[in-house]
Amino acid sequence: MEGFIHNINNRVVITGMGIHSCIGTSLEEVSDSLMNGKSGIILEEERKTFGYQSGLTGSVPMPNLKKDLSRRERISMGEESYYAYASAMQALKQANIDPSFREDREVGIIYGNDSTAKSVKEAMDIMREKNDTALIGSGSIFRSMNSTITMNLSTILKLRGINYTISGACASGSHSIGQAYILIKQGLQDCIICGGAQETNMFAFSSFDGLGVFAPDNQDPTKACRPFDKNRNGLVPSGGGATLILESLDSALSRGANIIAEVVGYGFSSNGGHISTPNIDGPSMAMKRAIFQSNISLNEIKYVNAHATSTPVGDGNEAQAIASIFGGEHPFVSSTKSMTGHECWMAGASEVIYSILMMHNGFIAPNINFETPDEQTKKINLVTKTKKESFDVFLSNSFGFGGTNSALVIKKYV
Amino acid sequence: MNIEEIIEKANAILVEEFEVDIDTISPEANLRDTLSLDSLDYVDLVVSIESISGVKLGEEDFKDIVTFEDFYIVLHKKVLAKSEG
Repeated sequence: MEGFIHNINNRVVITGMGIHSCIGTSLEEVSDSLMNGKSGIILEEERKTFGYQSGLTGSVPMPNLKKDLSRRERISMGEESYYAYASAMQALKQANIDPSFREDREVGIIYGNDSTAKSVKEAMDIMREKNDTALIGSGSIFRSMNSTITMNLSTILKLRGINYTISGACASGSHSIGQAYILIKQGLQDCIICGGAQETNMFAFSSFDGLGVFAPDNQDPTKACRPFDKNRNGLVPSGGGATLILESLDSALSRGANIIAEVVGYGFSSNGGHISTPNIDGPSMAMKRAIFQSNISLNEIKYVNAHATSTPVGDGNEAQAIASIFGGEHPFVSSTKSMTGHECWMAGASEVIYSILMMHNGFIAPNINFETPDEQTKKINLVTKTKKESFDVFLSNSFGFGGTNSALVIKKYV
Repeated sequence: MNIEEIIEKANAILVEEFEVDIDTISPEANLRDTLSLDSLDYVDLVVSIESISGVKLGEEDFKDIVTFEDFYIVLHKKVLAKSEG
């Protein structure tokens, strides 16, 4: 049948990337921040007044889209959609995908998002005050649903391919890349916009702060997040938007696209255990699956971008899992969350972009604020100062509440 | 509110909410076309007017509204009816 694709083992490449984060709002700015070990964390006093235990947060600017989008388009978009749109437009530009391409070809979207707290809060504020649903406004429903990003971007960009949101907690962004990879590999789609976005307002993280797992703010904000360090004492919430364009190699070659990297492995698993406390076996299974699928030997994977958020149990377990899987190979490891904080639903996508920027520019970004290892973290080869290093393959880990795990293996395109 | 106050307040909120130039609004102008209203936008029109007048327009109210003048008259009637209790 015309329009259906039969090739079922496509190679999958990345042809565009865009980023809007607390360490930069362009690929160039983010690359510089990574190179220089620059933190994007600040203390927001307003959070303390609001009742947060810790006022630390990633500082992410709100994009001004008034010139780019109509009122009707903007009214359906919450903060996370603004971030996603800003990064998506960068990625589409880099991929050289314009409206006519999207009209001619079937482009899809699979995006990671797991909250719309501010939009829901604003609607409920109106309900409490007015007791009348007719006064909530027309954009609220489209801002409040978890699929807000995919419903908005698919409409604005006039997409006609696969279209859904993945809510996989802090692995959402990574799973979105993995799911897009599978669909393209199987020949069901040949171009998918994927990524993750995370709202950063104070309503988004209040219940998370309530668990007492955020780094205390009685310290220099830029030094608070210290993954793998013996004295790590909590994560720092952050967010923004990160978008990648995944495409079949055939599609990319046929239109002469600039190929940035290749997705070669996606592994996943569920811990089958505690709702918030991670284990070792679940993440290990995801990593093993991704590496097995990539058909790449362990000694070729030179860099691991760790999930490590700066919590005592999570970082220790991940260090043990990495050490166990790689045995004597000792790949370089760093957690870019030491600079960005935990970008949650976005993290799995942004960290692939961060790692690709490192791979392209021949360096490994430092795991800043690391001073002393503990019994678990001394087992991994942690990069604590920017390291000039050429590498061709990396592994990126993302784990989330409920025990969802995702791991991706990305390779330089040759 | 007298009708002049209603017109002034309504125009101000419509310019802000629907991002139109004030010069495009005139008594004889078509309300729907000028504000580019689709079915969802009428929800926001009701919200906007309620915020400046306390009056909630219903579907019935829009039946006879074509121009801004029609709109001001309907709104004025509703404001008067509300103030008379």
